[in-house]
Amino acid sequence: MSDAYLRPVTGHVPVLRLGDVLLVTLQGDLHDSMAQQLQQDLAETIVRTGVHGVLIDISGVEIVDSFLGRVLAEIAAQAKLLAARTVVAGMRPAVAITLVELGLTLPGLRTALSTEAGMELLAQQPPVTRPGGPRQESP
Amino acid sequence: MHTAAGVEACLPIRSDLDLVWVRQHVRQAAARLGFGLVAQTKLVTAASELARNTLVHGGGGQMEVTHVSSAGAQGLRLAFTDEGPGIADLDRALSDGYTSGGGLGMGLSGARRLVHDFHIDSTPGDGTTVRVTCWVAQPPRPREEA
Amino acid sequence: MPEHEADGQLATPTHEVRDFLHRWREQIAQRWADEPLFRTVFTVSRDEAVEAGKVVVDALAQVADSDQVEDPDSAGFSGVREQLARMGVARSRAGLSNTQVSSELAALRPPVENLLAADLEQAPPEHLRACSTTLTVLMGTLRLVAMQTALSEWQALSDRQRLQLMEVATPVIRLWDGIVAVPLIGTLDSARSQVVMETLLDAVVDQHARFAILDITGVPTVDSLVAQHLMKTVAAARLMGAQCIVSGIRPAIAQTIVHLGLDLDVITRANLADALGYALHQLGADIVNAGAGQR
Repeated sequence: MSDAYLRPVTGHVPVLRLGDVLLVTLQGDLHDSMAQQLQQDLAETIVRTGVHGVLIDISGVEIVDSFLGRVLAEIAAQAKLLAARTVVAGMRPAVAITLVELGLTLPGLRTALSTEAGMELLAQQPPVTRPGGPRQESP
Repeated sequence: MHTAAGVEACLPIRSDLDLVWVRQHVRQAAARLGFGLVAQTKLVTAASELARNTLVHGGGGQMEVTHVSSAGAQGLRLAFTDEGPGIADLDRALSDGYTSGGGLGMGLSGARRLVHDFHIDSTPGDGTTVRVTCWVAQPPRPREEA
Repeated sequence: MPEHEADGQLATPTHEVRDFLHRWREQIAQRWADEPLFRTVFTVSRDEAVEAGKVVVDALAQVADSDQVEDPDSAGFSGVREQLARMGVARSRAGLSNTQVSSELAALRPPVENLLAADLEQAPPEHLRACSTTLTVLMGTLRLVAMQTALSEWQALSDRQRLQLMEVATPVIRLWDGIVAVPLIGTLDSARSQVVMETLLDAVVDQHARFAILDITGVPTVDSLVAQHLMKTVAAARLMGAQCIVSGIRPAIAQTIVHLGLDLDVITRANLADALGYALHQLGADIVNAGAGQR
């Protein structure tokens, strides 16, 4: 299991690789530009590493507004195009209540109570079969 | 009817870094007034939506935070002002799913559901002001004649 | 003494009343201490009641000094509001109605008036009348302040009790490892739905519950607003990674939900037992009839 930080640059949210899963832990208050950067980084990292799952731990996030909600939904949608499944784990009750009140139920998003439950969920379901054989690993 | 204890703070909204300050300031002000965790989260989220509108659609502006009280209830009023192009069709801008800025179209309509009072003034070409108020616990009832 | 000023230089009625209150502070407080309002609230000693009375007399004198005898918002009252509220609440806790508390407040006036009449015996009758009127107004304002303060105190008390009642009426039960349930009983209004949602979601986190059962067998009617609140709870639980099961849905309630056109993949079961069975099955545990296997 490799746990090297793939993107240790400041201004980036660290993306950690755990076997077949990319783990992202969001903490505190995220700048819009950092969230967008993460979206881009994740797409690149999925392609480079060929993982089948993305786990985003948001237990340390105090608010999710429609911007961050959209970023999460787009990460899931683009990961799906790249044949990886996304699970968002650990959303706090107050955040969930607010999102629903805001009108964002994010129906396409897979969720889990904790990172452990998220890992379990990603391990459970068989990886999506990729058309066109194994993907080329980037240098 | 409400008494305002004066403007508590005025924060600029010029960049997405300012949005972080807006959220932090509103959370602290709400916590000081005794808002519960869910109420705090709702108000901070509404502030984030409105501040982003000010930045993205209004080309920047400011937020004023005012502590208000009425009939013994405490509340926070946030006013977001910009001198941007204004909103031509308010009804449409306030409806779910309408977007002109590439978001999910939940900004204005969603923020309105997160607060107790919501007022918007907008003149095309003259800018927009959105005022929202949240009360600790329940909004004050009009008091019967004493 | 007033009689010295009898010719020409009479003080204004409000200032006369102020001076009278200063002069007779001790006596007024002594008489009030025997009134039910003070006697039954300040029970430690009679001195305590007298001291409390003096605080009120001082406040009245300060209000008279500022010439605002008709103004319940006068600064002079601010120092005694809390004490007045405490007195009012204590009396209502003792079982008195608002009207009874109000008449106890009214009973504070005659002793003071009698003292004023005795004090100004030598003064011209019209001066005594004017001072007496001022005192009446001032005591009326005090009564108003006390009632106002006590009313908002009662309001706060009843709000608190309502909230406590809602929390008591919303027990979250752990049915199994990873399964919690709330049996909802009685009418669900907006405020209570909010409490249900928050309590249930907190339990989901505390108990690591993958399943949360909302049992609405005991809810008499589900209007569109209540259905919407239920759906919001389901949606919020899903965002957190838990699945909600609504059990005890009667046909009429199912119709309401359909009419609302809410398209949330909510799992429903006819009763709590079936909901528990479903959740257990999903967790990999099944309930089997122990007798069934032996045949």
